[in-house]
Amino acid sequence: MSTTATTTLQAGAVPDIAPVAEHPQGATWIDDLRAATVVWKREILRFRRNRLRIITSLAQPILFLFVLGTGLGSVIPTGSHFHFTTFMFPGVICLTILFTAIFSAVSIVWDREFGFLREMLVAPVRRGAIMIGKCAGGATVATLQGIIMLVLAGLVHVPYSPVMLLELIGLMVLTATMLTAFGLFLAARIQEIESFQVVMQLFVLPVFFLSAAVFPIAKLPTWLGTLTRFDPLAYAVDPMRRVVFNAVHAPAKIRKQLSPGLSWGHWHLPIYFEIGVVLVVASALLGAAVYRFTRPE
Amino acid sequence: MDAEASVEVHDLKKRYGDLEAVRGVTFDVAPGETFGFLGPNGAGKSTTISMLCTLITPTGGWARVAGHDVAKDPLGVRRRIGLVFQDPTLDEYLTAQENLRFHAELYRMPKERTAQRIDVVIEMVGLAHRRNDLVRTFSGGMKRRLEIARGLLHSPRVLFLDEPTVGLDPQTRVNIWDYIQRLRDREKITIFLTTHYMDEAEYCDRIAIIDNGEIVTMDTPDALKAAVGKDRISMRTEDDPKARAELGERFGLEATSTSDGLTFQVPGGEEFVPRLFAELDVPIVAVSIARPTLDDVFMNHTGRTIRDAEASTAERLMTNPMVRARRGR
Repeated sequence: MSTTATTTLQAGAVPDIAPVAEHPQGATWIDDLRAATVVWKREILRFRRNRLRIITSLAQPILFLFVLGTGLGSVIPTGSHFHFTTFMFPGVICLTILFTAIFSAVSIVWDREFGFLREMLVAPVRRGAIMIGKCAGGATVATLQGIIMLVLAGLVHVPYSPVMLLELIGLMVLTATMLTAFGLFLAARIQEIESFQVVMQLFVLPVFFLSAAVFPIAKLPTWLGTLTRFDPLAYAVDPMRRVVFNAVHAPAKIRKQLSPGLSWGHWHLPIYFEIGVVLVVASALLGAAVYRFTRPE
Repeated sequence: MDAEASVEVHDLKKRYGDLEAVRGVTFDVAPGETFGFLGPNGAGKSTTISMLCTLITPTGGWARVAGHDVAKDPLGVRRRIGLVFQDPTLDEYLTAQENLRFHAELYRMPKERTAQRIDVVIEMVGLAHRRNDLVRTFSGGMKRRLEIARGLLHSPRVLFLDEPTVGLDPQTRVNIWDYIQRLRDREKITIFLTTHYMDEAEYCDRIAIIDNGEIVTMDTPDALKAAVGKDRISMRTEDDPKARAELGERFGLEATSTSDGLTFQVPGGEEFVPRLFAELDVPIVAVSIARPTLDDVFMNHTGRTIRDAEASTAERLMTNPMVRARRGR
């Protein structure tokens, strides 16, 4: 059978029924790539279509930044040349990414509930490709939300320096990938939409608070400082904070107090080590999520 | 077309712990044939279809679909089959056309053919005028038609329809069957379907009746009905209990009481009715003769009606693998 036979759409024409038997053999990874791409595109398409979601998911970070940030700033002495909201900025970007990424990833539970997941899982592609497409889609959407937050930089006295913006966007992509993979990993275990609240309370909020995104890590009590070092998100917040502090004029004392950098014992972690931690955790979580979704019954 | 069967199944089994959902089924489906699995809910229809579609792995036996083994080459099978599930699997926040495009990409259709093929299938199910509308604005029947179009999009060799009309109103059910028959004529593909509606099984070239995970009989609908060899007589009398007792004593017939009177099966119904009037002491109010239906076939082979079977297998339904597959486990 051949696909070269042309068909016309005239009335009564026999439709083109050439089967896909001529499918190129040994090119499975191209199928997988195409499948991952279309799953990714679907996430973007749905994100663009849901304007309300774009706006509502910005409300929470804005409250954190301007209300909580200003409130805390009024009692934390930072001198007249430095604003506490500047300190809050990278943490709040992480907050935006965290919630968007988790929400995108957990939408796979909605897909399952409304059946669309099945359409994806019975396709002639490896399930890992579907999961990678889903992860890339969620990470892209979360990064886009983070970029929208970057627009507010001027309001919290952070300059629009191109280098800083590019560095932040790079870190945002990494953070978003790790958090979407985390969400997919959790979603594999969620059987009902109702469990979403449990996931938020038990996993997402602790990850957020323990990352020290909205408070300085310099003088934490030992128990909290230790817990913070076990939170992967802390290794994403810290590089962003360093990048922002490098772009603003902060007195040395303030810098030491608010952005001392993470350390293990006496070892001050280099920024590339922190990025490495994020990469390793992201890969491990994505691998685990793929494994959980692809086990055959 | 292949000379060999489109679907070959040999002693296929699926066990969940202690529950044997499918206890070894064997059958072939010829290319171009419409083959139906008829049975009550929980009989093992959906489990079988899930194994043939490579959604779940068999625990025994083997099956080949379009020449590919479901266990050894699931991707080879998936490329050559189309699926329409009981439950909708559309993205309601995408348009009809976007759903079809998504499918075309997942099945890696040649780009130059995709647009034309979408036109063909969307036209076939009469949704061309709604192609750019979000699926969430569609009625249940329109969604099912769109799913059928999508199942055909990549020109599969075998189309699997799992309860294609369940949950639809009678009018829409008739429409869906209209589409299915039309596509059978136009696309000339093999169709494998499951149903628990007796009247729908009549549309099949051949049916297998399945109960408790086993095929109890398999043939064309006409042959199955002819094999019953008995007509069904329903009658109302002035004293049904007495008439029932007399039927047992004089004719050795076991009648069952229904809300409309009595019903029983007897060979050569037309010849039997005059005897009935002559020999029964109870005055008869009304009588009717019916040729055997698939319901009678089911009853003949399993000793119960399909409706009773549904009730008794309700607990098996709780462990329906399609329900679990939907949960993605």
